[in-house]
Formats: sequence, C-alpha cells, structure tokens
Amino acid sequence: MSTIAHERFEAVIGLEVHAQLLTKSKAFAPVPPIYGEAPNTMVTPLCLGHPGTLPVVNENLVRYIIKMGLATNCQIAPKSIFARKNYFYPDLPKGYQISQFETPICHDGFVDIELEEYDKRIGVTRIHMEEDAGKSIHDQDPYNTLVDLNRAGTPLIEIVSEPDLRTPQEAYAYLTKIKQIVQYLEICDGNMEEGSLRCDANVSVRPRGQKEFGTRTELKNMNSFRNVEKAIEYEIYRQIELIEGGGTVVQQTRLWDTSKMQSRPMRSKEEAHDYRYFPEPDLPPIIVSDEMKEEIRAELPELADVRQKRFVSEYGMSEDDAKTLTEDKYLADFFEREIGDYPNPLDISNFIKTHVLRTLNEDKKHISEVNLPTGSVQAIVSLNGKNEISSSNAVKLYDEIYDSFNNFQNVLPDQDFVTGNITFLKGNLDTNPESVSNFVPINTSIPDYSVRINTDLPDNTLVYLPVLEYSSAKGLAEKLNLIQVSDSGFLEELVDEIIANNPDEVERYRGGKKQLMGFFVGQAMKASKGKANPKMVTQMVAKKLEG
Amino acid sequence: MADLTTFTITEAREKLQAGDITLRDLVQAYAKQIEEHNEEINAYVFLDIESALEQADEIQKKIENGTAGRLAGAIMGIKDVICERGKPTTCASNILENFESVYDATVIERLKAEDAVFLGRLNMDEFAMGSTNEYSRYGAARNPHDTTKVTGGSSGGSAAAVAGTMANATLGSDTGGSIRQPASYCGVVGLKPTYGRVSRYGLVAYASSFDSIGPLAHSVEDVANVLQVIAGFDDRDNTSSQVPCDDYVEVVKNPNKKIRIGVPEEFFGEGLDEEISASLKDVIKKLEAEGAELVPVELPHTKYGLATYYILATAEASSNLARFDGIRYGHRADKDQMLDELKAEENALKEAIKNADDEEKADLENQLARLDAPLARLYKKSRTEGFGNEVKRRIMLGTYVLSAGYYDAYYGKAQRVRRLIKEDYSKAFEKVDVIVTPTAPTTAFDIGSNLNDPVQMYLNDAYTITANLAGICGISVPVGKHSNGLPVGIQFLGDTFQESKVLNAARLVELLG
Repeated sequence: MSTIAHERFEAVIGLEVHAQLLTKSKAFAPVPPIYGEAPNTMVTPLCLGHPGTLPVVNENLVRYIIKMGLATNCQIAPKSIFARKNYFYPDLPKGYQISQFETPICHDGFVDIELEEYDKRIGVTRIHMEEDAGKSIHDQDPYNTLVDLNRAGTPLIEIVSEPDLRTPQEAYAYLTKIKQIVQYLEICDGNMEEGSLRCDANVSVRPRGQKEFGTRTELKNMNSFRNVEKAIEYEIYRQIELIEGGGTVVQQTRLWDTSKMQSRPMRSKEEAHDYRYFPEPDLPPIIVSDEMKEEIRAELPELADVRQKRFVSEYGMSEDDAKTLTEDKYLADFFEREIGDYPNPLDISNFIKTHVLRTLNEDKKHISEVNLPTGSVQAIVSLNGKNEISSSNAVKLYDEIYDSFNNFQNVLPDQDFVTGNITFLKGNLDTNPESVSNFVPINTSIPDYSVRINTDLPDNTLVYLPVLEYSSAKGLAEKLNLIQVSDSGFLEELVDEIIANNPDEVERYRGGKKQLMGFFVGQAMKASKGKANPKMVTQMVAKKLEG
Repeated sequence: MADLTTFTITEAREKLQAGDITLRDLVQAYAKQIEEHNEEINAYVFLDIESALEQADEIQKKIENGTAGRLAGAIMGIKDVICERGKPTTCASNILENFESVYDATVIERLKAEDAVFLGRLNMDEFAMGSTNEYSRYGAARNPHDTTKVTGGSSGGSAAAVAGTMANATLGSDTGGSIRQPASYCGVVGLKPTYGRVSRYGLVAYASSFDSIGPLAHSVEDVANVLQVIAGFDDRDNTSSQVPCDDYVEVVKNPNKKIRIGVPEEFFGEGLDEEISASLKDVIKKLEAEGAELVPVELPHTKYGLATYYILATAEASSNLARFDGIRYGHRADKDQMLDELKAEENALKEAIKNADDEEKADLENQLARLDAPLARLYKKSRTEGFGNEVKRRIMLGTYVLSAGYYDAYYGKAQRVRRLIKEDYSKAFEKVDVIVTPTAPTTAFDIGSNLNDPVQMYLNDAYTITANLAGICGISVPVGKHSNGLPVGIQFLGDTFQESKVLNAARLVELLG
C-alpha cells in the first residue's frame, strides 16, 4: 500500500499536532520541564495541585507560540484568553487543564508542503497553548497505577490543520514540515519517538465529487512519522471497506497499535467528555501589541525554504544537495559552522553528505546528539585538499575523531541524560579513571548544540570523556600516522618493489592492459597503509613501465 | 491596667514601645481569653500558642532595639482558608482533614515580615461557602454578643475572634460579603479590598474572579495598618495589580470630612430591617452635618446581583474544587470498601437481570453497562464523604451552568450582566467618592434558623455581593446596637483601588462616636 488512489473515494484528513516547547521553565510554574528525573521531583505546589496555588504565565510560552504563528502565516490575536478544560484524572492534579478554547492566540494561517509530483498549500486553522498533564504509569506495579507529575504543567502548543489533506503522504509531508518549522524556530526538538511532538489525526472518506464530509474518526497514539502515515492509510481503507460492505462509519476515537499495525476503538467510557470550558479566572487576557508582534517577527530565524535558496546562490550547491542539508536545521547549522573561511564549501558539503550522514545512519543518531569538535570536518577536508592525507585516510581520520568523541557509553552510566553545557577535557578515563583532577581542559567545547550529560551531576559540572589527546585534526593525523607521503625517494623504493614483485602484471601492462594501473596504485596504498600520494605513484609507475 | 485584649493594635504598640508591657504579656493575655471563651465561641479551630510565644520573644528583642516592624503588637488569627506553612489548612472541610500547607501565602509572608504574631486558625463556612459559619466541620462559630446567634459568614471565626477579644486583628476572605457581613453581625470593622489589591497566592480558591483577602479589627486604623502591609503587587498572582498603594494609615489619621457620599435608593427599600434603616439614615445625616455632600445614585442592575453571582461564582467553584479528589492529599474513601460495594451493586444488577422481563431487562443492562469504573467510584465516594451539603450544592450548580448546551444561557449571560453591574458602579463613582449602604438586611439571627433554606441565607449577601461582581472595595464599620442588643454595621463602597476613600468614610463614622 503505497499510495491512496482509490477510484471512488477520497479521504479528508486534518491533523492536530502537539509540540512540547523548549522553555526553561514550565508553562505556569518556575520549575524546569526536565525529563528523566526521579518521579515527582521537578514539581512545585502548583504542579501538585495544592490548594491556594496560582498559575503565572511564562512569557516565553507566549513568545514561542507567536513565533510559530508567524512562521505559519497565521493571524495573531491582539487579545486572547486562557480557558480551563475540566476533567478528572489522577495525572491531572488541578482537575482541569489550562488551555485556550474560543480565542486561540494564532489562527488562519498556512504552510506549503512539497510532494514528489506536486506542491500544496495546507491551511492552519489555529494554534493555541496549553499545559501538559502528568504521566500515569500502569505497568510498573501490579496493583496500582503510579503517577509522575514531573511533566505536569509542561508547555505545549497545539497546531490544528484545516481538513485540507487528502492522502497519508500529504499528512506525512505536512507533519515533516511542522517538525522542520519548530526545529528552525528552536521552540521544540521535534522528536516524535520521545513524545515532544505528538499527532492526532481526524480521518473521513467521501465519494469523489461529494462536497460534504463523511463521518470522521479520530486516531491517536501514533508515535512516529511513519506510524502516522500508516495509521491514516489503515483507517482510510477500513472506512472504505466498511462503506462498500454496506456499513456506516461510527464517530469514535481509535488507538493505533504499532505492534499489530492496526487501530482499535477506544472504549466509549474513555471519551464522551463534557469539558465544561470556561475562561481561566486566574490569568488575565494575553495582549499582543503590534510592537511585540513586529519585534518577534524581526527575531525570526531564516527558515528552511529561504536557507535552501541561499545555499544554492551562496555556495553554488545543487538544489538537491541544498535541500538535503537544509531539511534539518541542525545539519544546516553544522555545515555552516564547519565552512568557516574555507574557500571551497562544496568539498565540505560533500564530505558531510557522504561521511557524516553515514555515521549518523549507522549509529541511528541525530546530528544534535553527536559531538564533533568545531572545525574538525573542515580540517579533515582541508588536509585532503592540500594532499596531506589521502581521501581514504581522510575518512579514517574522521571515523577516529567521531568514535573518540561519541563512543563513550562505557564511561558515562548508560542511564538518564539531559542536555547541558559540557567542556571537553583531554585524558582517558579508561586508563586512568581516578585522576580526573589532573585533567586540564583543551579548548574544545561544543557551544553550538547540546550534548548529553549525566543528570546526576549538578549544572555546569565538567564531564570527563575518554577522548584521544586531541588538539587538532592534523595533530591527530600525525599521531595516527595518516599523513600522506610525497617523498619521492620513499615512493621510488616502494614502486620498484611492487614492479619487482609483480612481473606478470608488468608484462600484461606493457602488452597494453593499461587498466592495471589501478592495481599498482592499490598495491602501493596497501603497502604504505594508505599514506602514499596516489598521484605521484601513478606518475612513477607510468614513467617506469612506459618510459 | 485595662484588659490588654481590648487594646487596638495602635494602643498595644504604644504600651509596648513605652515598655509598659511585653509582647509575651500580650500574647498570654490573648491565650487566657481564648482558653476561657473559645470553647463557647468556637472561633479558633487550631491553636499554636507556643510558637506564638516564641515569635513574641523574638519580636520583643526588636522592639527593644528599635527595629520592630510596623505590625509588632498585632496578635492575629488567620481564617482557615489562607495557607500557613506547617499548619493545618482545612477550609473547615472534611476533605482536607489533616492537610497541612507546605508554603506560606503571600499575605502571611508579608505579615510575618512586619512582625505580626499568629495565634491560630479561624473557623469559617466550608470553603468559604455560606453566610452564617454554620457549614463547618468544626460546628458553628457563635456570636460573642449573644452566643445563640450566628456570627455571619463565611469569615465567622475571623469576626468572632476580634469581637470576643481573642485577637486584635484577623484575616478573612470575601467572595460575596464574607468579611463585611460577619463584621457587621459581630460589631467589628471589616474591609474587602479591590480585586487585585491583595495577592491571592495562598488563598484556597472558592471563586477566583471574586475572592479577596482582607483584614478585620477593632478600629479603622488597625484595618488600614494591616491593609498597608498585605496590599500591593505580587508576581506570584497574575491577577494582582501594579497600581501603587496609598498611605492608608495617613488617610485615617487625618480624615477628610468634605466627601461626596452616594446614596442608592435600591439599598434602603424592602427587606431591610426598619430600625437598621432608621439608624443608618441617622448616621448619614450626621455625616452630612459634618460636611459631607449626599448625592442620590442609581445602581439599576443591583437586583440581578444575587442570581449573577450564584451562576458565576459556583461555576468557578466547581472547577476550583476539582482538585480535592483524594488522589494526592486529603480525604480518600476506603478503597476496599468501595470495591466491595461496587461488586455488590454489579452482582445485584446481574441477579435482577436474570429475573427481569424484557422491558426491565434493557433498563437494567443499561445500568450495568454504566456502572462506575473503580476510579470514577473512588472519586465520587471520596468527594461525597468529604464535602458538606452547601459545598456539594454549589459544585452541582456550577457544573450545571457550565455544561454543554447551558453555557450561553447561564454563564455567558451572567458574564454580560456582571459587566452591566460594573458599569453601574463606574457611572456612580464619577459623581461620588463612596456609596453608602447597609451591610446586611438584619442583625445576626438565631443559629439554625436558616439552615433549611439556602435561598434565605443567600439573601443576607444582597448588599455586599455586587461589590465582588464589580471588583470594587468595601468596608463595614459598626454604628452601635439595635434594640435587640446586637451590633449594626454600615457599608461604604469605593471604586477600584479607592481603599483610602472607604477607610476615610469609615473613620468619619467612628469619630461620630
């Protein structure tokens, strides 16, 4: 099932995307929204729903959502209010969720999505802010449900699309676009697997040509981009089959089961809520002045579409390469960080596309999760460009740096990690774990993006990693003996030896089989452990066998 | 020397500074008074005299070296709805039985910083819902002027503690008249500040857009003094105001007699006790003789006040009280007993289905299908056991008016009426400094007489409730006694953030003697 191109029916899809905001504190309480801490430790009396507590609006929450609104071409309401959504559940400590109902702060916007064969504009009905509930844990205690309120009060925005989507592929493209925007705005990390981006889908089908919508169902619990696509596809076929079999679609909420790759209806008791929305009396209306709006607009970063065009014009990159590099903000940032004043940016983009993306794929990691010292890729590309190391040794050097900066699970306990600042220290904990106090920092910090550190450590703790004695790519290349040899005396000896050891190949080469040049160069590279300058070897072999 | 407990804060402070008495003497005098009378009056529901004495000794040192705060000499009780760290905060409800607050309300922090001493927690109507202080898990507080009478409510304990000289100042909360009406019934001064003037952080919410914390005391000056300390912006309450505070004490010391007093016909008509009406008119005349100008004002939407209030306040209450669910703190129903009951109901229904005819069967099966899940039943049972009748009544009312299909007809309409009431006051205050009204239609009545008629009880708030709808300030000050021997109060209402004006007017009444 790759595309939905049903002859008689078309689907109507709308998405509700929740994005967890990267604010420094919760939506209405002065406590950081950090995950992975011991349960119920990142809480204030407000998060626990204690009597007498009051919410206080986090100003960044408002700024972040306005950014999102502007980036999705929304109208920004000059005045909007918070509302209470009332329901009882053990992980909802106040008995209501602070949200927005009748007056969302952003409304009537759009985003443009690109598919293989066409582009399409998708309406954004509204974006509003709300707080998250806590977490109910049903599977850790045989008799009780456990509640962790660390997440309670975490700021969320909900982005509601118009029912403009017609295929699962469009839904996938739209969701990817939303993720890209929140990442470019740096308001959400966009990680669906970890729940910082969540998506519900409203799906209905109707006979082609019919204007009225069919009865819709709401799909929940899809925890990856692919699952959203698959769940919608499943639902469309389920509804079509139902209708074709003479049945009718029942309006209901359905939960996607990833292991079975199918959805099941939620029990009716789990839905059927009357949320009794009413204006939140503890919070005054949010007033957004034109000045504030324009100030935020001026702060908006360059978004992906613009950046892609700039990469083409500024670096002379192909459209495809520019797209690959700008699709993910962090990758584009990484690229631009590595260019520095290097005269040939395309060498760098090619190296990133080929080798950096390879290691990320192998490790199933995101660029924001790995550490590569600033300038290291540029240094490698530059060494190779100046013929100081061979292309194959450039890759070797890169792999060495990548491994030494990223494969240290054996030292840091493989448990709860958070983001934070980290300073790299030289030294090797494997060989000398007790002597951390003797380590001195080398100037290799990673300020550009966050690095994972152990949460048990207080803020700004220095973390000691088993890195190689790294001060520059060149120094490491020398230490690893990867520097290309262009010394003609050494190469002459090498070439003579190879010619002497391979009389058959020499004979055949002289007989006209010129393709054997590759064989001789390969032998030289092998014998020199990749250090021989291949150009010089080629010239010498040619001279000796033909001259 | 006169009984120390009859002193105002100002008087006590003079004696303390002169070295005639120590703060320990003062606290001990109140402790003795409490020991002798609290059992009957039932104003305090929790006492901590020991830490009050410790506090007193600390502050005594400051008095001696001249660094004491402006409330050194204030010996206070706190309504059981305002959080004090480490002390019970039960809101007079079974659902918060054994609950202790883990933090101090902003007002408590501010009072502590100015060296007020706290004796204990004061009785009230459960969650501040009531006008008699009879709806309390601790039983009714009794009026010190006649212990067969109610204190008024909901801040009944706060008014009775001052009237019974068991504190020289207390804090109450006022959502529809809950400070002013008991102040009137008990013959003390009680002020409801403008909404947003005093931080609500740490006040257990009844109706968030109506609730105000305010002081009760023997004199207008004492009330001004306490207000001065608790008023002002608080960044922990987004509804608190940044409008600067006046020097309230200065105003009270030199009151202006040439004020314009608005007299609304609507408040002196039917339903008001004739004797009260006569004595208030007498007071108003005297104020005029002293230099005040009387101006007739109209507040035409006053008659919708009660209905509007009982829709909006209960709507907010239904949501505010949702957190009392027995999950994280407070009363939780016995789980095993609950599960047994649920099982028994299920079995009974199954048994009945076996023996039912077809018609009954469908109904019974429907009942079986709709039987509570254990979690839902636990909520219901905990809340049924924990809340009293008046609280349940208001939660149900509030839940109803917010329900899908009823919201516009009730909540939406009431909000529009609230705006009209606000506009009435705004217009009136263009012409006058304060508006004078009775505080309550009668004097304190017999305990138990209104218990079966909530609507009759609600009518007691008719004169006070519109101030909360409009968010303006008001004060009740005693004007002597009724022929039945009970105190009568007069109310002055002022525009938003015009506390100075109502304090000024109240001080003029005090000066009439």
